[in-house]
Amino acid sequence: MRVTFTVNGRRQEADDVWEGESLLYVLRERMGLPGSKNACEQGECGSCTVRLDGVPVCSCLVAAGQAEGREVVTVEGLAGKDGRLSTVQQAFVDAGAVQCGFCTPGLLVAADELLERTPEPSDGDIREALSGNLCRCTGYEKILDAVRLAAARTGEAV
Amino acid sequence: MTGHPTRAATAPGRTPTSVTQGADGSPTRGGIGESTMRPDGILKVTGEFAYSSDLWHEDMLWGHTLRSTVAHARIVSIDTSEALATSGVYAVLTYDDLPTEVRHYGLEIRDTPVLAHGKVRHHGEPVALVAADHPETARRAAAKIRVEYEELPVVTDEASATGPGAVLVHEHRDDHHSGHVPHPNIVHRQPIVRGDAAAAAERADVVVTGDYVFGMQDQAFLGPESGLAVPAEDGGVDLYVATQWLHSDLRQIAPVLGLPEKKVRMTLSGVGGAFGGREDLSMQIHGCLLALRTGKPVKIVYNRFESFFGHVHRHPARLHYEHGATRDGRLTHVRCRIVLDGGAYASASPAVVGNAASLSIGPYVVEDVDIEAIALYTNNPPCGAMRGFGAVQACFAYEAQMDKVAAELGLDPVEFRQINAMEQGTVMPTGQVVDSPAPVAELLRRVKALPMPPERQWETTEGADVRALPGGLSNTTHGEGVVRGVGYAVGIKNVGFSEGFDDYSTARVRMEVINGEPVATVHTAMAEVGQGGVTVHAQIARSELGVSQVTIAPADTRVGSAGSTSASRQTYMTGGAVKNSCEAVREKVLEIGRRKFGTYHPAWATAELLLEGGKVVTDGGEALADIADVLEDEAVDVELEFRHRPTQAFDLRTGQGNGHVQYSFAAHRAVVEVDTELGLVKVVELACAQDVGKALNPLSVVGQIQGGSTQGLGVAVMEEIVVDPVTAKVRNPSFTDYLIPTILDTPTMPVDVLELADEHAPYGLRGIGEAPTLSSTPAVLAAIRQATGLELTRTPVRPEHLTGA
Repeated sequence: MRVTFTVNGRRQEADDVWEGESLLYVLRERMGLPGSKNACEQGECGSCTVRLDGVPVCSCLVAAGQAEGREVVTVEGLAGKDGRLSTVQQAFVDAGAVQCGFCTPGLLVAADELLERTPEPSDGDIREALSGNLCRCTGYEKILDAVRLAAARTGEAV
Repeated sequence: MTGHPTRAATAPGRTPTSVTQGADGSPTRGGIGESTMRPDGILKVTGEFAYSSDLWHEDMLWGHTLRSTVAHARIVSIDTSEALATSGVYAVLTYDDLPTEVRHYGLEIRDTPVLAHGKVRHHGEPVALVAADHPETARRAAAKIRVEYEELPVVTDEASATGPGAVLVHEHRDDHHSGHVPHPNIVHRQPIVRGDAAAAAERADVVVTGDYVFGMQDQAFLGPESGLAVPAEDGGVDLYVATQWLHSDLRQIAPVLGLPEKKVRMTLSGVGGAFGGREDLSMQIHGCLLALRTGKPVKIVYNRFESFFGHVHRHPARLHYEHGATRDGRLTHVRCRIVLDGGAYASASPAVVGNAASLSIGPYVVEDVDIEAIALYTNNPPCGAMRGFGAVQACFAYEAQMDKVAAELGLDPVEFRQINAMEQGTVMPTGQVVDSPAPVAELLRRVKALPMPPERQWETTEGADVRALPGGLSNTTHGEGVVRGVGYAVGIKNVGFSEGFDDYSTARVRMEVINGEPVATVHTAMAEVGQGGVTVHAQIARSELGVSQVTIAPADTRVGSAGSTSASRQTYMTGGAVKNSCEAVREKVLEIGRRKFGTYHPAWATAELLLEGGKVVTDGGEALADIADVLEDEAVDVELEFRHRPTQAFDLRTGQGNGHVQYSFAAHRAVVEVDTELGLVKVVELACAQDVGKALNPLSVVGQIQGGSTQGLGVAVMEEIVVDPVTAKVRNPSFTDYLIPTILDTPTMPVDVLELADEHAPYGLRGIGEAPTLSSTPAVLAAIRQATGLELTRTPVRPEHLTGA
């Protein structure tokens, strides 16, 4: 089948898609957007998190056909058009929240959505919002630091 | 599923690239001791960093592995005809298709079949390979392969492995351990006898024994086993893969393919964590075999289910301990026996045995010991390297014992540990003298001195925040039945490869002038698995060569071996190699400078000269020349090996020998809250104090400590691969059923970093990656014991252990 949807503001199309392919597979293997990660393909780790019409989803659990005609935002869509890192991306680099980095794309999409919804989150809010994203390297402390930093920087900029 | 997936990407492939990083501001910044940013950080937050599962090649095929559905069986027949006839399938391979007589591989003992031959020895053993034009086609074709098994009795524990009439897991062993082990189902045995434990026991006022069980932990790195093998025109193969040690892989891969090593060109692609789980091969040989057979690039990516079968796990262990002490709190002796389950193949079991034995009594002074550690061959999943191996299992048990003895003596558990704490000059049970700082008592003092988290930390002005309570958002308690406990533990880990292994690393460093500015290129085969080695290499090059711009070339086999990214060794070893090669480059630059400018200033001949801020300067700070003017269009290029001090094998009878390179120490304090009615645990805080010798990158050091602590927390309260004791099959190969800590399970982790230099190590540094994984588990267990009053002799602790249900 053919699927057509918008990814990071750009219309994308893929042909010869098998009906069983996930949104994650089509993004990674057919659209040249491997930023969203394939850590479990079981909907448990959050590394494939993208936004589908604004809502964070595990793209490994969404059939590609379900994205037809809809808007998808991936980690590749977070930076500005000029390549400038978004506040939350920069904060992850600065706070040391990135080690192996495999969880990072999903965490960034989830954290971005949290800060859009809750600009001044408590630690409890951060933990709850990111509890669907597994990280095996950091112990999450630097990830908390990064989200706090991003929130503070966004607050300063307003 | 028709045809090859096509990509919108314009590039012909997606493969690793080098990363160049400039220090911000003044060119002398960004050296060692600073928390510089990762050179790959921006690529990782934009999604552009190419992990091994992201690789792509025009016209590539997908490989899939058929694995055994039973743990121990004779293979009666394999019928691949239907799979081969499937549209889109390019190749199906079994043992009979292997190209040479070398059909086994292994880290130390080559006992692992590339594909099963006549027999399978564990659940999930690779039996056949398929290459097809779509991953689902490959999976479905593999499902059409008919394998007839005749099941054999399973060996699952010490009794079935070494009891009368035990079935042999490997019938014809002839490896270098087979001659000294008491039974063919014992991979390796290491006793350590020092002093006279029996006589010392007579002096003891109290004797405490205990039996402990450590569950099977998984590394659970997030980036699945994966890689891309591309057949080359010269008959060789280019392999892009996530691994921990390129050259060790190469040594095992090339003979199976029947190729000289120079025709197997390996490049490290992005590695999504490792923690020991990538020391053994996974898809490397399989991918190359399929690529060479089909003449097409082949990508293999495991999903999480397969990943649980695709790598070795941490050895589960049964440990028996006897500690004696005098009334004044001094340990008289320790007797212990550690039985590690190595599963079906040897992997790193011999080294795990060596560590477990030599570190079995912990960081304490005990002159009279009687120690035995063994690893079994069983039909359980193969076990091998995981962060802290051997030392982790022992620490869980000896720290439980230390609390038990302290309680028996009526002493404070921290004070009791401090009375017996080792220090510089202490003699290990192996007879090795610890010849660098060993601040065990100080680490305990520091971690105990950290402020405690407030009582009833879940209370807010709007009532209980259930996220901070046991049970969390399941909303099982608002504080009723919740009891707090506090526990301490401390551990000791060796750094680097031990027991006489020729452990070295290689670094190639090049310095040249690009656009008027001196630039250093660092080329090593070090596997960056997330630990931040690349960050540290750039820092070392800046400090040693006074440059701002450093390019980190992709790790590959065109440069000499870096050794493994394991055993907490890479900053010591490859960091040491980069430092060593930078020093040689500096000497050459100064030589050129003397030749060109020596006559202009006497300091060229008389002063100690350094490279700083892009200039040659005297130790007095006087600038003599720009490096750019010294080098002009000349490049200096050096590749050198670096070794740590030699070590010795442990005597097979007495365990004596200077077996280890360096020791590393961490102490933890855990604060837990337990819902005693439901048996749910919330770790409220996990504080750590660790001596790191010298923090080359303080931010990364803290990151390692917190990450390691969290893996220890995981195996304390949730992580365990459950193997059916009757069938030896894995019951929970998924992140649904194998739980690793989420951000809600993980507490605040204050870290106190101590820097006491080890004069034998580069910059005085101490390997840091593993020590924090040791003591966090027993600290959490101790805290749960204090909260509940239960003995708790196994880890992980499950609700039923706390409620008696």
